[in-house]
Amino acid sequence: MRISFAEGLARALSESLATDPRVVLIGSGFVGLNTEARALLDPVLLEFSDRILVAPISELGLAGAGIGAAMAGQRPAVDLSTGSFIFQAFAQVVNEAANIHYVSGGQTIAPVTFCSLAGMRGAGAAQHSHRTQAMLGQVPGLQVLVPGGADDAYHLLKWSLLESQNPTVFISHALLLGEKAELNPHAPMLPVGRAHVRREGRDVSIIASSITVPRALVAAEALERERGVSVEVVDLRSIVPLDRNTVLKSVAKTGRAVIADECNHSYGVAAEIAATLAESELAPLKAPVRRVTVPDVPVPYSPPLEAELTVTTEKIIAAVSRVLNLR
Amino acid sequence: MQKIDPAERVAAMLRIRRFEEQCILLSRAGRFSGHYHVYIGQEATAVAACAALGAEDFVFSTWRNHGHLLARGAAPDRMLAEILGKAGGYARGKSGTLHLAVRELGIPATSALVGGSLPLATGAALACKRRGSGVAVSFFGDAALEEGATYEALILASLWQVPILFVCENNSIPPAQRKRGQFTSSTLPASRLADVPQALQIRAEVVDGADTDALSDCFARLVSEVRGGGGPRFVEVRCTRWPGSFPLWPELPSGEWQLGWAFDQTPDRADLAAWIVQSDPLSMHLRKLISAGALTRAQAKALDERAKAEMADAVRFALDSPFPAPEEAYRHVWAEEGTTP
Repeated sequence: MRISFAEGLARALSESLATDPRVVLIGSGFVGLNTEARALLDPVLLEFSDRILVAPISELGLAGAGIGAAMAGQRPAVDLSTGSFIFQAFAQVVNEAANIHYVSGGQTIAPVTFCSLAGMRGAGAAQHSHRTQAMLGQVPGLQVLVPGGADDAYHLLKWSLLESQNPTVFISHALLLGEKAELNPHAPMLPVGRAHVRREGRDVSIIASSITVPRALVAAEALERERGVSVEVVDLRSIVPLDRNTVLKSVAKTGRAVIADECNHSYGVAAEIAATLAESELAPLKAPVRRVTVPDVPVPYSPPLEAELTVTTEKIIAAVSRVLNLR
Repeated sequence: MQKIDPAERVAAMLRIRRFEEQCILLSRAGRFSGHYHVYIGQEATAVAACAALGAEDFVFSTWRNHGHLLARGAAPDRMLAEILGKAGGYARGKSGTLHLAVRELGIPATSALVGGSLPLATGAALACKRRGSGVAVSFFGDAALEEGATYEALILASLWQVPILFVCENNSIPPAQRKRGQFTSSTLPASRLADVPQALQIRAEVVDGADTDALSDCFARLVSEVRGGGGPRFVEVRCTRWPGSFPLWPELPSGEWQLGWAFDQTPDRADLAAWIVQSDPLSMHLRKLISAGALTRAQAKALDERAKAEMADAVRFALDSPFPAPEEAYRHVWAEEGTTP
């Protein structure tokens, strides 16, 4: 069946609530202000209303309560709403949840899922447009899931709610909610920690995650159609754990790498992938690695200014063209 | 829930005091590094609160956690080994004093951040409510009321009506008594901390941290109300800080506590002597029991000797325990599949 990213989220929440009575939702946002996505989610919230907690605007408290409930045997999903709001909850997410198993010497687990809708979404301006995965990737003990397609919205969220033993930040992207993909809910999920080669190719690898996945796929198709270039697209799916092997295998095959990442340029996910390639035993690449990222500036409001900074399909095509020395 | 008799209460308080004295001595002897916090002078609070709890209940503490853990039944030898960073500790040396936790005693994690544990405790109380049994007790100091996390936890506890008892152990030093270079104290612009949660519809009261009997009655009643579904409660326990905790690093003014100080003898230091008479829950409770004929001085001495011997054994265990192997640093970053909460 073909489902949208928002349907994947709604389905994952619904099935998780139905499967395990320990699943409890702290807050009920999950899809933000998107009207179509809300229409998909609202019936789920109605059906399981006894397991949805009223959530005041207290991100720090909500995150901590989710952790506490998880330590005491529940499997909570905490809706932290817009991705940037995780900063309000950072002390609990980063300095409590991530450390608990470690400092307890393995006595205690905290399988809580923090859900956030991050990214440059159009008109979010500086305080509602953060991409937090790279910062969170710096925190040992936190899993960071960044689905780039509807299939993974479903699989990864359901896995986090039902199976994960560790605290997880599940990062949706506001502009992915309408993206569609084929889903076979009965087929086993590619394990968490494995990247997904969404498109095979010979000439260049594009390493992508979250919103840059569909953009990279569009770029790959255009490059093949218009320039006869064979492009491989690797969807990372999770920043932590990070599947370095699949990245290395792909680049070993193609000899060229373009990394498309919506984090800021410096210290971002792309930087980590580039460092992984630099440290590897791969034969010398046929061209230097190129990063397509957001310049190191806050996100401005005005549409043309935001567009100037966005990791677009066109920028990915330009980077691939440069790596391949196309005209 | 078991009620403990006066002699047991004395024994429990003595164990905490003798444990903390050993911590101070071990630190001063350079046996462990890093800052630490002792519970001397607040023993009655942990003992009274934990006596009102059962096995299914949760306890959340802070960096000043030794007393809470001991009162809950933690083993002093493993606690001291942890404080010394040894492999025999509860977390194999990875928590030290700051994050001491014993999951099997309902102490799943200890936050060493001011206000950090209140949201966690509120979440555990939510789990108790969902499963239909148990309560959570959240211990914290007066400074926690300066943190936003505390306020948010109070909002959630009230809104969700979860079974939690917030225990604010107010050991603040009044501004007029603070000296330069001393340990910091809270500077909340509220004279009665119990006023703060009441605006959020959480019933709150104040109790004297030096009055062991009053504490026992108070905690038995409050835990019972919380357990009965009455929603959250808040208690401000007014403690007067032990002079040994005035300096940045704890010290033993006039040496280790002596049983005689509860009766006919007086420590050299005047501030300590006054504190023993007016504010020390242990000395005051002992005096009260003996004058009431509920305990003899010989019995008290025997309890003290037992506590001292237990802590001497704990020190030996901790010193003898090896340091963890370097590989231990890499363990427990991630929970393995099949780990059950």
